[in-house]
Amino acid sequence: MAEFLQQLINGISLGSVYALVALGYTMVYGIVRLINFAHGDVYMVGAFAGYFAIKTFKLPFFAALVAAMAVCAILGVIMERIAYKPLRNAPRVAALMTAVGLSMFYQNFTIYRIGAQPKAFPKIAQVNWQFAGVTVSNSQVLILGTAIALMIILHFVVQHTKMGKAMRAVSQDRDAAMLMGINVDNTISFTFAIGSALAAAGGVLVGQYYGVVQPLMGALPGLKAFVAAVLGGIGIIPGAMIGGLILGVAEAGVSAVGFSTYRDAVAFGILILILIVKPAGILGKNVREKV
Amino acid sequence: MMNNSGSVLLITMLLIASLIFTACANKPAEPAAPAAGDNTEEGDIVIGGILPMTGAIATFGQSSKKGVDLLVEQVNAKGGVLGRKVVFKVEDNKSTQADSATAAQKLIQQDKVVAIVGAVASSNSLAAAPIAQEAKIPMVSGSSTNPAVTEVGDYIFRAAFIDPFQGAVMANFATKDLKAVKAAIMTDANSDYSIGLGNVFKDVFTANGGTIVSEVSFVSGDTDFNTILTTVKNAKPDVVFVPSYYDTVGLILNQAKNNVGFPAEVKFLGGDGWDSPALFELAGDAANGHYFSNHYSPDVDSPEVKAFIDAYKAKYNEVPDALAALAYDAANMILTSIEKAGTTDAPALRDAIAAVELNAVTGKIKLNEKRDPVKSAVVIVVEDQKQKYFTTVNP
Amino acid sequence: MRAMDKNRLIVAAGAVALGIILQLLIWNGTLNAYYAQVLTMMSIFVIMATSLNLINGITGQFSLGHAGFAAVGGYFSAIITTRLQLPLPAPMIFTISLLVGGLIAALAGFLIGLPTLRLKGDYLAIATLGFGEIIRVLFLNWKYVGAAAGMWGIPGYTNFIWAYMLAVLTVIFIVHFMNSSHGRACISIREDEIAAETMGINTTKYKVMAFTFGAFFAGVGGAVLGHLIRLLHPATFSMTFSVEILLMVVLGGLGSITGSISAAILLTFVSEALRKFNELRMVIYALMLIGIMLFRPQGLFGRKEFSLDLLTDSRFMFKSSKNRGA
Repeated sequence: MAEFLQQLINGISLGSVYALVALGYTMVYGIVRLINFAHGDVYMVGAFAGYFAIKTFKLPFFAALVAAMAVCAILGVIMERIAYKPLRNAPRVAALMTAVGLSMFYQNFTIYRIGAQPKAFPKIAQVNWQFAGVTVSNSQVLILGTAIALMIILHFVVQHTKMGKAMRAVSQDRDAAMLMGINVDNTISFTFAIGSALAAAGGVLVGQYYGVVQPLMGALPGLKAFVAAVLGGIGIIPGAMIGGLILGVAEAGVSAVGFSTYRDAVAFGILILILIVKPAGILGKNVREKV
Repeated sequence: MMNNSGSVLLITMLLIASLIFTACANKPAEPAAPAAGDNTEEGDIVIGGILPMTGAIATFGQSSKKGVDLLVEQVNAKGGVLGRKVVFKVEDNKSTQADSATAAQKLIQQDKVVAIVGAVASSNSLAAAPIAQEAKIPMVSGSSTNPAVTEVGDYIFRAAFIDPFQGAVMANFATKDLKAVKAAIMTDANSDYSIGLGNVFKDVFTANGGTIVSEVSFVSGDTDFNTILTTVKNAKPDVVFVPSYYDTVGLILNQAKNNVGFPAEVKFLGGDGWDSPALFELAGDAANGHYFSNHYSPDVDSPEVKAFIDAYKAKYNEVPDALAALAYDAANMILTSIEKAGTTDAPALRDAIAAVELNAVTGKIKLNEKRDPVKSAVVIVVEDQKQKYFTTVNP
Repeated sequence: MRAMDKNRLIVAAGAVALGIILQLLIWNGTLNAYYAQVLTMMSIFVIMATSLNLINGITGQFSLGHAGFAAVGGYFSAIITTRLQLPLPAPMIFTISLLVGGLIAALAGFLIGLPTLRLKGDYLAIATLGFGEIIRVLFLNWKYVGAAAGMWGIPGYTNFIWAYMLAVLTVIFIVHFMNSSHGRACISIREDEIAAETMGINTTKYKVMAFTFGAFFAGVGGAVLGHLIRLLHPATFSMTFSVEILLMVVLGGLGSITGSISAAILLTFVSEALRKFNELRMVIYALMLIGIMLFRPQGLFGRKEFSLDLLTDSRFMFKSSKNRGA
């Protein structure tokens, strides 16, 4: 029983990492219908920004977190303006390939400038709580807490603010939104800024949690986070959370029963099953196609 | 429509006929261009390198390149080899098999290298080795540990231990020195090095009367090991064998101690992949008390080791890892042999490498008839986040 | 129809002749083994890219699982050539292994296509990507084919002319398919699935057909690759490989066969030319890619084909303008 609970907690903390990254993924997708393959790498850039903020500029942890979020928010806007905006009316696959290109660029530029060696990220003092034979650390609580808090804040922003209303309008019908006097460019930029800042927050928290940053750290979590977002229903903010947690717990479960080599296969297997049963994801609504 | 499909059918048949014809005709015309490797006795001596400078294992490629660059700089400062300047030409292989093969062709055909250092991963070396063998260009891998690599042919050599030796060292160490009876194995499912060592460990440990209580795996790039560590911990092993590289091992040791709460008496064991200062950065004090096998120990009084570490620190401002040392030695095997053979001619150079006896950084290198080095391994214990010599195991 | 036929015959004959000339140049040493290797890689990528174009460009189904099919083809053909001791001459064994590899890959394509093709767009992409990864993980765990150590000692049957002729065959098949009634049905699905359905086209059948054929050629491509590098490793068939092929298809223009061919050749060449930059290699590659996509989002060729007609047309134009000048 204790082992089961412990593995559940392991799964939830892994899942909250996926959820953190998936939140930004899903937001950007919701508004521009773009699978931003570079999102995982923005997360990596955020982690490195946090690393240098602490190591070079000697900032305290939370200041470094904010600094990394700011850096990535700016990066997100620049990225959108230079690489995605010109392709807004181009075939969607062109934007997708540009995202792949950006992902390659971030990874390899970091390898070129900083080196491929992993760097040790300074950890905050660790506290472990034990109860009923189960261990929970403050880092795990911090990640899960941040993910939930960010999800609630995002949900609030999207549902109850003017900017959120603009975002929803743009995601439903860009041209109509423009006609209604919504500044579409600014709304999209804002979305990218938030999404990238979220990725940075994820990067710094995860860097801190595992104690490591390296140039390819975004590739695998980025892919998993994308799976999580699709699982929950892409474009839906609580869906990212749910998808992330399901994926994390499923992976932990597969490893716990002794099939760790098949872990990734099972993760994708679950995804495919859910998509076949419910093609728009767990929280997604099936939209009937109109002729 | 009839006409259309008729013509296509015709072409198809024509093609198949030409395919079979050319494939048959190809057989006798096969001998590989002997033009390669005909170095003039003047000018620079060009050594090639097939290294992963980008891609999944770029970090190991970068270390290896630093090692060889250092050696080349030192050799050229002393006037080069045979009075000629040595040039090291690296071709990136993106950490992939296909690119390793193409890189080998390029080095041999275009750059006319006299010998090749590389590749890092055994699977990459296995893709490049047949090409080097056919062109009769000696190839020395620093860090490929799969026995199959040198079995490709008599022009393929290595500087590292092979899996069966190193895996057995740690399995015997676990049984004899640590008196362990229950072991767990954690391997990187994507790495042939990791799987190879894990399999040998398993065989030897069970032959010694021990039992494997848990076998789990992860993939390179993973950062979360809490789940599999919890599984391993609950199997209650005496020792945990983690034959992987320092970048993941650092995280595993860290999470084992700090998140999963492994008792201190459970010892983690590993191979030469652990050897890097990054291990201690990533694991912190969680690395203390664990053991790994390596080629050399920094605190053993060996002038070669000391000179290498000092020179490396002076050039790059960091401590070398095992890959840098092995690549340095692999290149050294080639350059020493050229000096000894007095020529860069392939057959003479091949014979010289096969007979090489070198007091290298990673131990005394002398190759056996399978072109694998016969050298002793040291077991290192981590104390105060530093490597400490524990014992030597002779082959 | 006659004129088109004739043109196509000329192109095909020209392509065959070019292949034979190149192979002769390789034999007499004018093109060394390195050039032969690069030309062979180009041919393999032409097979991979045009077959993916059949699924992504012509039928409009977004697949990211091509590496998985290549893995199936590669591994099963290698089983034929290494594990079975067939008492046949080498070219026969290789031909059989290519066919078997391709057919098993086609079967995989069929089995995967059937359930997943209900999905659309990005959902299909992620599902096929997932299948590709699942296939890779299965090979990673299959001891018989070497698991994580990879499968080595595969005979090096592939040489330039094999890869090249197979690429020509692939292209001929796909062009022919495109212009058949089946191909037209596939194109109609790409243009408007609902309209196609209304017109009585069995969309599922054609989608699965495109998937199966695409997977067949991907399998053949994987088999050729395996017998070129004489080693198969699950890492070769990672998602990066699928993305690389997709890049070629998109860069050349979705639906343009000549585009896919040109892009496959171009990208292989660029990757080769940049090799010496080591760490900077992929940085430059990525920047170039972004640049091309920004300037030609529809791909180099769009949906158009580069054809002899075009060539003769332009020559005609050139002549007439010259006449006008005079």
